[in-house]
Amino acid sequence: MLFQTMGLTKSFGGLTAVNDLSFGIEEGQIVSVIGPNGAGKSTVFNLVTGVHRPTAGRIELMGRSITGLKPYQVARQGIARTFQSTTVFGQDTVFENLAIGHRLRTDSGLFGALLVSGRERGDRKKSMAKAEELLSFLDLEHYRDEAAGNIPQEAQKRLSVGIALATEPKLLLLDEPTGGVNLEEDDSLIRIIQKIKASGVTICLIEHKMKMVMGISDRVVVLSYGSKIAEGDPQSVSRNENVIEAYLGPGYAAKD
Amino acid sequence: MIMACVWGIAATALNLVMGYAGQVNLAHGAFFGIGAYTSGLLMLKLGIGFWIALPLACLTAALFGLLIGMPSLRTKGAYFAIGTLCFNVIVTVIIDRWENLTEGQRGLLGIPPPSAIPLPYGLTVRFDNNMVATYYLFLIMLLLTLFVTRRIVISLMGKDFRAVKGNEELAASIGINPFRTKLIAFVTSTFFAGLAGGLYASYIGFLSPDISDFHVTFEVLIQVMFGGIGTMAGPIIGATILPVISETLHALAAYRMVAYGIMLIAVIIFLPTGIMGGLKIVWTKCITRK
Repeated sequence: MLFQTMGLTKSFGGLTAVNDLSFGIEEGQIVSVIGPNGAGKSTVFNLVTGVHRPTAGRIELMGRSITGLKPYQVARQGIARTFQSTTVFGQDTVFENLAIGHRLRTDSGLFGALLVSGRERGDRKKSMAKAEELLSFLDLEHYRDEAAGNIPQEAQKRLSVGIALATEPKLLLLDEPTGGVNLEEDDSLIRIIQKIKASGVTICLIEHKMKMVMGISDRVVVLSYGSKIAEGDPQSVSRNENVIEAYLGPGYAAKD
Repeated sequence: MIMACVWGIAATALNLVMGYAGQVNLAHGAFFGIGAYTSGLLMLKLGIGFWIALPLACLTAALFGLLIGMPSLRTKGAYFAIGTLCFNVIVTVIIDRWENLTEGQRGLLGIPPPSAIPLPYGLTVRFDNNMVATYYLFLIMLLLTLFVTRRIVISLMGKDFRAVKGNEELAASIGINPFRTKLIAFVTSTFFAGLAGGLYASYIGFLSPDISDFHVTFEVLIQVMFGGIGTMAGPIIGATILPVISETLHALAAYRMVAYGIMLIAVIIFLPTGIMGGLKIVWTKCITRK
């Protein structure tokens, strides 16, 4: 098991957003977390990446606890994420966005900067090489020197995935990678997700679009009101009565 | 021109934390004052030479920067600006009231100019009553500040600054520690504010609590905005031009500040990115026309 949560719980005041959630992700898989609006999916991501502190429970990466670490520490442990609203450094060029993503694999500090040390120079080269590699991996070469805020939404989505990938994560969390993108453009993102999987990175994604979830996931975890109501391969989950009830309301499950 | 160097250093320092790391620090005048008083007091009361007092002034300002930065950088945006502004007022009050140490409103009188530098062949460079030598000394300090700032800005560290300014949440998600990054920018900035203060003390020879006042903060802030925030040349342009304009307007007597204010508002409305920003727009237009 590459990653797992045990009894993960988060309450905001009186509201329990995530309730006693346990699930695991095997290395090399794509696991989708789905559920109706307000089911607590994004909260799960925020707990895993340290944006929120869990009220109770434990989060492990490769058998080591990462519970309660700060976001930047979680990133250094090898978990990268994208955000639900497309998030890039809008003022910087696409190339610079990817280069800064690789910053975490380099460690030049203030004195390296002042002295232009050998390490600083080497680190700069490494970041640039990584950015070049990702430009072609994501098919973003023609936007290379454009400000990231000015490129189309779908390209920004790919770029935000690229920034996360530049950290060379073991686990990549994608929060609605196709949100706000039209159906024809979904395919390019699906292809990229499959390419990422093929390159050996484990992926956990939050998604609304069933076509996408069913097509690419190895396993699916279904949340409703903060609790896990089903887990399994896409086919069995889509036939699960609890799941149909959570999405469509009681009464629909029997008519199948 | 000598004062332009002093303000140039102060403005460059403020630009580092504000223009590149995106933190609006309204305590800049306090750090300028701390630097000025540190070097002034060391030289007057302990008889320490200029060349030792000046680095100590920088370090003291940076130390206060660290102490103030740690709590205040936990807040963001406007809260950070207000918090630092409060600190600025506190520093001025302390300098004003701690008369045993700072002489309060009477001020520190007779701070010596920089001590002479011995050169080979029995020559020396003297700075008392020697405006030319003083000018070159200050200019070298300004260039040194610019050099260090430039190094930081183009480095990976500078990329961290930009990332934190651009989007703190995203920066943290790729492993950048936003707090540490902001603290480094802040402390470096206060170090150079201290340098500007220390040079000022030796050039003017007299210090009063006003020099740490928040008016100084806003003076430098306006210089940075006027010249062009987030550019290397902008703060220098602002620090050179604005004091000249301010002096020229003396002829208008009472209406001087009104005219000054109107002019600043005009610049900020029509050139929100300052003179450098304006030049950039003109430049891009020229290129695209070809």
